[in-house]
Amino acid sequence: MSETINETVRETFTDTIFDIRDLRISFPSPNGDVQAVRGVDLLVHKGEMLAVVGESGSGKSVTFLGVMGLLSPSTVITGSAKLGTTELIGATAKTVRRVRGRKIAMIFQDPLSALNPVQRIGPQIVEMIRSHDEMSKSAAESKAIDLLDLVGIPQPKARTKQYPHEFSGGMRQRVMIAMAIANDPEVLIADEPTTALDVTVQAQILEVIQRIQHELNTAVVLITHDLGVVARVADRVQVMYAGRAVERADVMTLFDDPTHPYTVGLLQSLPRSGQDRLTPIIGTPPNMLRPPSGCAFRPRCAFATDVCASELPELRPFHNSQTACLRVEELDLEPVL
Amino acid sequence: MTDISEFEAAITKPHVPNGEPTADEVNALVDSVSPSRLALRRFLRHRVAMAALIIFVVIALIIIFAPITTRYGEIEILPPVDGKRSFNPPSAKAWFGTDELNRDLYSRVIWGGRVSLFIGLTVALFASMIGTLVGAVAGYRGGLIDDMLMRTTDLFLAFPTLVLLLVVRNLFDQLSWLNWLVGDLKSIRFIIVLLVALSWMSVARIVRGTVLSLKEREFVEASIALGSSAPRIVVRHLIPNAIGPIIVSLTTSIVGAIVAESTLAFFGFGIDPVYKTSWGGLLGASKGQVLTGKWWLLVFPGVVFVITIMCINFIGDAFRDAFDPKQGQARR
Amino acid sequence: MTFLVFVAIRVGTDPVARYTRINARASAAKIQQYKEANGLVGTIPEQYVRWLWKFVRFDWGVSIKGRVPVWPSIKDALSNTLILGAFASVIGITVGLGIGIVASLKQYSKFDSLSSAGAFIGLSIPPYISAILLQLVFAYYFTKWFGLDKPFLPPSGVYPPGHDGSFDPVLRLKHLILPGTVVAIQTIAVYSRYMRASLLEVKNSDYLRTARAKGISETRVIVRHALRNALIPIVTVAAIDMGAIIGGLIITERIFEYKGMGDFFLTAFTNGDFPQLMPWMVLVVASLILFNLIADITYAFLDPRIRL
Repeated sequence: MSETINETVRETFTDTIFDIRDLRISFPSPNGDVQAVRGVDLLVHKGEMLAVVGESGSGKSVTFLGVMGLLSPSTVITGSAKLGTTELIGATAKTVRRVRGRKIAMIFQDPLSALNPVQRIGPQIVEMIRSHDEMSKSAAESKAIDLLDLVGIPQPKARTKQYPHEFSGGMRQRVMIAMAIANDPEVLIADEPTTALDVTVQAQILEVIQRIQHELNTAVVLITHDLGVVARVADRVQVMYAGRAVERADVMTLFDDPTHPYTVGLLQSLPRSGQDRLTPIIGTPPNMLRPPSGCAFRPRCAFATDVCASELPELRPFHNSQTACLRVEELDLEPVL
Repeated sequence: MTDISEFEAAITKPHVPNGEPTADEVNALVDSVSPSRLALRRFLRHRVAMAALIIFVVIALIIIFAPITTRYGEIEILPPVDGKRSFNPPSAKAWFGTDELNRDLYSRVIWGGRVSLFIGLTVALFASMIGTLVGAVAGYRGGLIDDMLMRTTDLFLAFPTLVLLLVVRNLFDQLSWLNWLVGDLKSIRFIIVLLVALSWMSVARIVRGTVLSLKEREFVEASIALGSSAPRIVVRHLIPNAIGPIIVSLTTSIVGAIVAESTLAFFGFGIDPVYKTSWGGLLGASKGQVLTGKWWLLVFPGVVFVITIMCINFIGDAFRDAFDPKQGQARR
Repeated sequence: MTFLVFVAIRVGTDPVARYTRINARASAAKIQQYKEANGLVGTIPEQYVRWLWKFVRFDWGVSIKGRVPVWPSIKDALSNTLILGAFASVIGITVGLGIGIVASLKQYSKFDSLSSAGAFIGLSIPPYISAILLQLVFAYYFTKWFGLDKPFLPPSGVYPPGHDGSFDPVLRLKHLILPGTVVAIQTIAVYSRYMRASLLEVKNSDYLRTARAKGISETRVIVRHALRNALIPIVTVAAIDMGAIIGGLIITERIFEYKGMGDFFLTAFTNGDFPQLMPWMVLVVASLILFNLIADITYAFLDPRIRL
């Protein structure tokens, strides 16, 4: 890995603004319930960039879609997700709507399909502004222009009159970001914002997001499967697997001293110069209709023993991180990098 | 203390502990099914369609076995009831009532059904064959053939159907060199040829569309790369993959043909009513009589007609759902 | 597109001309006279050119049968059809779209299943059957059951027979109801299904999720975002449909003896009345082309991705 780890990590963030506890989300299906999220705890502190990492199916996106109320009505969600003092799980539609776009904003993976194709960019941003703020149309429009400027779009005034398909992928994502920060939210959730973009553009977008984080003091939850992205901009990391959190640490610690076999596997599988072959994690993610008993990583873990099948591991402190591996004390996982 | 090399060794060794199924076990659960089989399975699960299919089969059987199921001959005149020699309402003797010559309507509905269904199925069959061939070639080749196809079909499909039917009908009649094909103006053969001539076009368009989208798929590229010739590609690859839309358009053609034939018959442009009749002819005969209260002339043939059409439509709908997995509709 | 018109007219010329010739069943001399009087002399291309020349100068001639001037009768027929078409379309489309919208919002509900079933039945019943059925019920039975001496809803004609030709909106409306309903049934069935399908497709789009994430009200999400996108294909179809209406109501008009374009065509056709048929064809084709164009333009206007 050639990138250096996030150089702008400052002192640890302590102010908790978003508190998720024991979140469980399941989707009823004709074959049974798909348990996408099986008891997740998560904290977001003011101003920090928390990366939530995992494979597809780990539940990382579903967690936040569920908290925001963006999943289908038949989904079963239990647990608690408190933004400040407002409880979001089970809240009325009105409460949730007031939070969305105002206190928590979300941007998605594919900006082309995420923007209304028959509406110009300007009105789409203005809609975001005016649904939470009693602003006049012209004031909102000029604010929209400022926002576009903030995210680095040249000639913002002309651009507001254009349609989504007239922008390049990276520009579109910037527009999404601009729209998301329009009301100065406390938390910005970015669901795989760079996955659909070219590598060079990825770096630009990450830089924009990081700038927003630092300049506006907005907390950012960065959902991704790409450890390179994590290394670049994250302050803290939470690793998820099969609907549960398996490791939690700040970014330096995660890369220096991983404390869970899954994390080790992820780090191991990053391509390095000089490598002849790639080292993937063997096996496939489990079927969430019937997750394995005990630790879900068990079938793919080189260190699994019988005790791993018996109890569901909880996050507990080890070294400088929190980890959900029952045997972590016995294993001495060497740093991979 | 385990060092990295042991860890690496552990990772690269296939470690299959408790709970993880082997490849064979997985395969056993999901026996490989071809897409057509999958579609068939989905179709059979469609309860309404199954009901429709059953009803249709029942009707078809009654019609096929006409000599047994009808109570009287096609033009057999019944003895008068209460002295009335015509237009008797339904009774024990004549379940559906009688027409102006005191012929049993029930039997005539069955005899008429023979004609209507026969025409419907034959037209659909031929139209689909021609349409599929032309559409596939046009779609695959593109260029001039495709252009011409689209222009011509655009032209024909733009006109109101009845206008086309009547005009072309006349045309066919006047062009004496076509006689070997079409036969007499009022014959069944004529109607079939007429309807085929006009129906193949919508089939061709559908097939062309499907072929166009299939053309871009990798398996076609692969085929070409392997050196397959164009006809081979069309026949062995494109058409089998287009089976779904083709079958759906087949059912639509059947309905279209039945309705078209009946519309023509209704207005007197159909088959010679003296010897044979069709559902359309029966309905057409009810045209003027209804206002004087002879409801059975309309209701019975009409109901049978509509039910048959609905059944075929249902079946076609179910086929469409079965072949298109992206529908996202659960049970109906 | 002009190619289309040209071919259409040529095709129109062909069978009709011959048919007319066959129809005349007098002696040779009379036939010749007949031909001359009706411009049927000369080869087909010659006839065509001659006709075209006169047509463009609005000399539409007189019908073969009865020698009634063509233009006024077509004009009447055209306006009648337009009225019927507009009446049925407005009702049909609004109701149809409404049903479609509600059905898609409450997908899988009773309303949805019922309206789908209804649409299905409506589509399966050919218009001539529903037409006669309505005639039967309303014109005959109602009178019988309610003991009225005149049919409650008139089954035929634009005005009752013997009407003096003045404009009476109430009567007009009464006569429009039955044929209008027949057409509207078809329209409602088609548009409700279409709207439902279009809206369902839009429902799964990502931008709806974004819109919700913005925290705007659900109504706004549906109306401003979902509907806006879902209506685009429908508007295009509606435009084309309207173009087809002036020639498409033949059956309904004939059954209800409604003197519109469709009825006009049937009469003219059975009489082999060439001078009447040609302008008819031209009008119909022109309308088709015009509305096709309108559809294309509207589509480009509504969907910015299409604009070149």
